[in-house]
Amino acid sequence: MQRRAFLTGLGAIGCSAAASPLLTPMAFASGPWDNRLVVLILRGAMDGLDVVAPLEDQTFLDLRPGLSTQSHLAATSQFGLHPSLSALLPLWQAGEFGAVHAVSTPYRDKRSHFDGQDILEAGLPDLYGDLVGQRGRDGWLNRMIQTLPGLTSEIAYSIGADQMEVLNGSAPFARWAPEARLQLSPATEQLLAVVQHQDPLFREATAEALEIAAATSSDGAAAQVPAHIRAAAFAAQRLSAQSRIASFSLGGWDTHFRQKQTINRALERLAETILTLKDGLGPVWQQTAVLCLTEFGRTARENGTGGTDHGTGGAMLYAGGALRGGQVAGDWPGLHDLYADRDLMPTRDIRAHAGWVMRGLFGLDASVIEQAVFPGLELGAASRILL
Amino acid sequence: MSFDPYLAEIRFGTGLSPNAAPPASSDAILAALRGPDLAAEAFPIPLFSEAEPRLKLLRRQAAMRRESDAAMERFAASRNQASAVHQNNFRRILTRGVRTHDGFRERLTAFWANHFPLRAKIGPMTHLVTPFVEEAIRPNITGRFADLLKAVATHPMMVIYLDQGQSVGPGSPFGTRTGRGLNENLARELLELHTLGVGNSYDQSDIRQLAELLTGLSWDDTEGRVFQTNWAEPGSETVLGRTYSDDGSLETIFAALEDIAAHPSTAHHIATKIARHFVSDTPSTSLIEAMAAAYSANGTDLMSVYSALLDHPDAWLRYGIDAPVRNKARTHQDWVQAALRALDIALVDVAPDVARTYVLQRLRLMGQPWEQPPGPDGWPEEAEAWVTPPAMAARVTWAMQAPSFLMADLPDPRDFVAIALGPFAPPEVKFAAGAAENRAAGIGMVLCSSAFQRR
Repeated sequence: MQRRAFLTGLGAIGCSAAASPLLTPMAFASGPWDNRLVVLILRGAMDGLDVVAPLEDQTFLDLRPGLSTQSHLAATSQFGLHPSLSALLPLWQAGEFGAVHAVSTPYRDKRSHFDGQDILEAGLPDLYGDLVGQRGRDGWLNRMIQTLPGLTSEIAYSIGADQMEVLNGSAPFARWAPEARLQLSPATEQLLAVVQHQDPLFREATAEALEIAAATSSDGAAAQVPAHIRAAAFAAQRLSAQSRIASFSLGGWDTHFRQKQTINRALERLAETILTLKDGLGPVWQQTAVLCLTEFGRTARENGTGGTDHGTGGAMLYAGGALRGGQVAGDWPGLHDLYADRDLMPTRDIRAHAGWVMRGLFGLDASVIEQAVFPGLELGAASRILL
Repeated sequence: MSFDPYLAEIRFGTGLSPNAAPPASSDAILAALRGPDLAAEAFPIPLFSEAEPRLKLLRRQAAMRRESDAAMERFAASRNQASAVHQNNFRRILTRGVRTHDGFRERLTAFWANHFPLRAKIGPMTHLVTPFVEEAIRPNITGRFADLLKAVATHPMMVIYLDQGQSVGPGSPFGTRTGRGLNENLARELLELHTLGVGNSYDQSDIRQLAELLTGLSWDDTEGRVFQTNWAEPGSETVLGRTYSDDGSLETIFAALEDIAAHPSTAHHIATKIARHFVSDTPSTSLIEAMAAAYSANGTDLMSVYSALLDHPDAWLRYGIDAPVRNKARTHQDWVQAALRALDIALVDVAPDVARTYVLQRLRLMGQPWEQPPGPDGWPEEAEAWVTPPAMAARVTWAMQAPSFLMADLPDPRDFVAIALGPFAPPEVKFAAGAAENRAAGIGMVLCSSAFQRR
């Protein structure tokens, strides 16, 4: 994270608070775009086949005798939505919530959550190749910001206590957990800069904490409000102001065991998150795209314990007035020809859809997306989720 | 670069203390580790096999709680008891770190607990995580890695966490009768995280074969680890090119774990993780190779690995002096632990609700809830993962406020600089401790200094 330069030496320290560069007002720059992008990482591998279920496919019913028997919500003639997403049905009908099926990252075969998430957030074919060696580990959202010079860190927010690799990199971005609090006297603030001034990592993280705390101190986020709601409300607040990009994660998707009982809560949290964003954004919702990405899908068959194991192809959910919802986009391959005889066959790289969304929202050239944001990717035909 | 007692206490122990002299030599560190576990004797934690309330009771009460008001009250009482045990475990573990003269043992226990991380998964069982560490990890950190691996990978808590208790050989008598099947979770994490390292020397077929080999391994609340022969997949399995007996049993599982532990990829993975944890986010190849060689030459003996670590000059690089960049940040828990030690605050002597409010809950706010690692890969190592604006907000707030609630009389900040940082106290921290507007802010300055937050 590159931040404005703070103290460079003890000589800059006086006893007067006015001398502290930490008290310099933050320069807020307007974003170059009106559109907003929220990237939600669904950690743990969401079971796309349960969430967007191919109910008309007899093979599906055969592969999942236990899981296919719930009362899915009618979404299209071919697919049903998981009943725990009922709160989002009005959005689906209004064309503000949709899905793309049979997508995946380029990650294959190892099926590790951690590598899968790293690859999803790096936006690269693998974590070991030349592309990584050349640029180090940065995330694709950060690389997108890098293509636009002169932005301040307010342009993008990484939200929550865990690190969002998708936003990590050399381009500036801000990071905050809405539950954090920080109130110090000016004198104490100034001395704090003294005891950290030789260590840029600590110096800049603390300076940023003080700035954000000062800018958002009126947030009355009560402790009893769940973290996902707080994160969504905070994101909506920042996106309504100067920020244009926000990213945070939702967990609870690793449903190896008794999936019928365990996926419900994760889906309800997702629905609450999207609705909180919509409410908080008000009219800006019409200029917003929310992409819900997960590291991979899950096995087409139910496992021996009423759950599903790590798979390959899955579904991407999306929402917002800036996209065309109310549909299940993507080329549906059916379930006769499974990947490695176990997983939904991916028919398109999930990065192509994310790339088209950035092109549509932010007007990036295809060549910038194919070379800088997702190096080596062929964008291919336009994604049908664009308006 | 060579041994330095203060650096030893900061880098390999739980930090500097006003009451405990730092170790005199690397040999003294290893001798303490070979000796009796005095901290565990002074501040005991029940073993998993003895810890109350029992998981079975809690699960039965949870299942029956809606049947009557009395049943609901019984369940609530047990849950409160479990919660009190959990908090008591927490206070004792942090007190060990404050009072110990054998800090490397505390750090190694935490390191290995984070190498084999798990979370309470089914029902109210958070109070059983510390007893798991006390039973499966702590007594085994000075022996062979192979034995540590066997104790952990087959322990009920790990079996529950990685779903092994639900994995059934599809061709076993029970699988044939019920149609139930494999769950690969334990097999995958065992190879990817616990031993070989991700992407090293194995493929999907090894995972599948190991999952079949592990079938039959399960748990029972009264007996602990059990092997259910009628769940075991028939036939022999081949893992990493070795074929194991078709006799489904714990012995076959142990034989496979012994071979996986001895694999060169495991030696390298373990050596790298230890070096990254204790020395540098980017440790030297020379250090890693010395530790891996000691591991392999001594049949996975961990004392030989620790000895190779402490004997290597790179373990004693003084970052900021011998090397340009200091790059290990204390984790939130280690930072709080070091602060409590420097202030000599024993949490067992602090009122339970104060310890809960000002330590346990604050760790959650910093981003490291106690015994709740983010996943089976554990807490991250790199400094950038810890030093973030939200984490700094929580740390600074804690440093300025919490000590006043946890102890009666704060020390003079000018004295505290020397206690907390020893010979490494930078002039600007000495200045700030003396210039702070009050005593609490002066203590907070020392704790918030980058010098104290690094190791």
